[in-house]
Amino acid sequence: MLELVIFSTLNGVLYGLLLFMLSSGLTLIFSMMGVLNFAHASFYMLGAYFAYTLGMYTGFWPALILAPLLVGALGSLVERFGLRRVHANGHVAELLFTFGLAYVIDELVQMVWGTVAVAYREPSYMREPLFTLFGTDYSIFRGVVILISILMFIALWYLLKKTRVGMMIRAALTHGEMVGHLGHNVPRLFMGVFGFGCALAALAGVIGGPLLATEPGMAATLGPIVFVVVVVGGMGSLQGAFYASLLIGLLQTFFVAIDASLADVFNALGANLDPYGEVGRISLATLAPMTPFILLVLILIFRPRGLMGELEP
Amino acid sequence: MSQDIIAPMQRTKSRTSLRGLVAWVVFAAVLLLLPVFFQGNSTAFTLLNVIGINIVFALSYNMLLGQGGMLSFGHAVFFGLGSYAAMHAMIAIDEASYAGEGFWAHVPVLGMPLVGMIAGGLVALVLGWPFCRRAGTAFAMITLGLGEMVAAAGQMFPSLFGGEAGIYGNRMVGPQWFGLELAQSSDVYWFIAFWTFAGVFAMWAFTRTPLGRMSNAVRDNPDRLQFIGYPPRNVRFMIFIAAGSFGGLAGGMAAVNYEIITPEALGLIPSGLALLMAAVGGLGVFYGPIVGAVVVTLMNSMLSDYTDASILYVGLVFLAIVMFAPRGLGGGIEQVRVAWRDGDLGRRLPGWLSGAVAVGLIIVGLVVLIELAFQATHGSDEFAHVFGVDFDAAGPWGWLTVVVLLVAGGLIKRATNKLREDQA
Repeated sequence: MLELVIFSTLNGVLYGLLLFMLSSGLTLIFSMMGVLNFAHASFYMLGAYFAYTLGMYTGFWPALILAPLLVGALGSLVERFGLRRVHANGHVAELLFTFGLAYVIDELVQMVWGTVAVAYREPSYMREPLFTLFGTDYSIFRGVVILISILMFIALWYLLKKTRVGMMIRAALTHGEMVGHLGHNVPRLFMGVFGFGCALAALAGVIGGPLLATEPGMAATLGPIVFVVVVVGGMGSLQGAFYASLLIGLLQTFFVAIDASLADVFNALGANLDPYGEVGRISLATLAPMTPFILLVLILIFRPRGLMGELEP
Repeated sequence: MSQDIIAPMQRTKSRTSLRGLVAWVVFAAVLLLLPVFFQGNSTAFTLLNVIGINIVFALSYNMLLGQGGMLSFGHAVFFGLGSYAAMHAMIAIDEASYAGEGFWAHVPVLGMPLVGMIAGGLVALVLGWPFCRRAGTAFAMITLGLGEMVAAAGQMFPSLFGGEAGIYGNRMVGPQWFGLELAQSSDVYWFIAFWTFAGVFAMWAFTRTPLGRMSNAVRDNPDRLQFIGYPPRNVRFMIFIAAGSFGGLAGGMAAVNYEIITPEALGLIPSGLALLMAAVGGLGVFYGPIVGAVVVTLMNSMLSDYTDASILYVGLVFLAIVMFAPRGLGGGIEQVRVAWRDGDLGRRLPGWLSGAVAVGLIIVGLVVLIELAFQATHGSDEFAHVFGVDFDAAGPWGWLTVVVLLVAGGLIKRATNKLREDQA
């Protein structure tokens, strides 16, 4: 039991950190430009595939830097020549644009890399156990991923709170027009933030690719969950996104790990559910993919502004 | 004036009722005459049936997005659940008519779309209230979550949804009405044509009701609506239910047409298809989604015969329309129609035609480029085959053609812009 709790917690935190790496970029872009970038998970997927292809020439570590940079540049181009053009037509048009972009990127990935998963793995020396608890290994790579995520969060925090650019970004979040009047180039700032958010997503892809799987469906599986994170955390709140990421990461991991059916749970609570019936037979593990959406509906009913969101207008 | 993509085209004159009637007569005539052209061609009928279903689906989606300003990523939930309800009803008819008694023994399969409609409406009624608090991005994300959740639940209750394989029924059961046996796709066509016409007419009539007008108001200015005394949430909720009903209607048509339904029909992919069709056709014009449904369905089914990159083309068309023609194909048609009515067509036509030529050249250039790139990445033994012309990625001529086409298109586009500026 203790083994299960410890490992599920570790894995859940790992998954949650990965989710936050994705949702932080999305939240930044959303709170600044008001665009919920539907193609965000597609940039995550591009990060994994770029790292896979680059890694064949440069090895894992250079690819870890290069792939996000490339994807970030791509994201900036998308903002400059696509999104900025659509911006005049309102938020719905922007959302439609990113939706179409996700469609096209997914299709291009299938054309270039094929429809089956590619063999993107971490370097072999990172598959060694970092430590062994109760006879189960915890690989070095997982430790490295946690380390990279934490380093990235510190860097993000430093960038936003301690640098001049961060100050401009924070100012532009709430008073975009004023920042423009003061002579700063707000469109360029938007472009930079969009590219930066995409680069964060790509970084998540580089380290998430070997952990999960690098296949053309990876954007479609993670994308909706990232949106749930953003809504549950409160639209536009970085802190909220952080808590929501960890919550969903832990929730999903524990649901997968616990070997029980709905009947077991409800009967333990005093209900009387047929363990072999249609509903009672459902195991918690099969419910796991649904947990983010159940959480979303619950949050919507009981706390529509999300965990840390602003009060509703 | 800001160019909002869901704002309707401006009308200079109100349409007389006689003119409105002409459109419906033409629509009915087209539906009646199509079988004459395609007699004996069962693939054509299969395609026509899919188009009919998609027309109703896209229009019901546009009730949300175009009329009500609610961007939904979960509309297939209503389509799929309506389809499931109709399928279960069909199975019930099968069993009841086998026994020869019971309520379902007297229900014709032709009425299945109504079952789907009721089911879709009920689902929207039960689920909708928490979702309709806000429109915009929040609504989009929530409906996305709803779609994912229902699709996941579809895998979980095999007795209701049939698991991965789905459930299937038989449409040749129960009482036959109008001598329609529904054996072949040409028979099914009459069923689809009737319900397409009925659905389109009902949805058009809905836009004329006070609620339909209110849905435009909640799209354009919810605050003001609140001041006047109509809570936007209630209006949205009612639109949601109406759109869900018509989505279910399309689902019921699909159940009879395909005779099989899987949980995949509930997910993001069919929801995205509805969005795609509506946006390609144009959100601001009532008949836009009809145009979009026809074009996208034709593209989906025909392009795949010619190229492996068909889905990419559909996506690119969608992107191009969002970026360069936010009013969609229907908006373009409406523009031409208005100009013709105002006697303005002669002056504006040269600009439009040269613009169309430019766009055409650029499109052909891009198509050749994509086909060449596809060939280059997937082995060079196969020749890229575009419009009956072979291109070889290894040689320079194909790539040169691309450059020439793109440059020519770009130059004509620039000349067109100048021409239009001079006119204005």
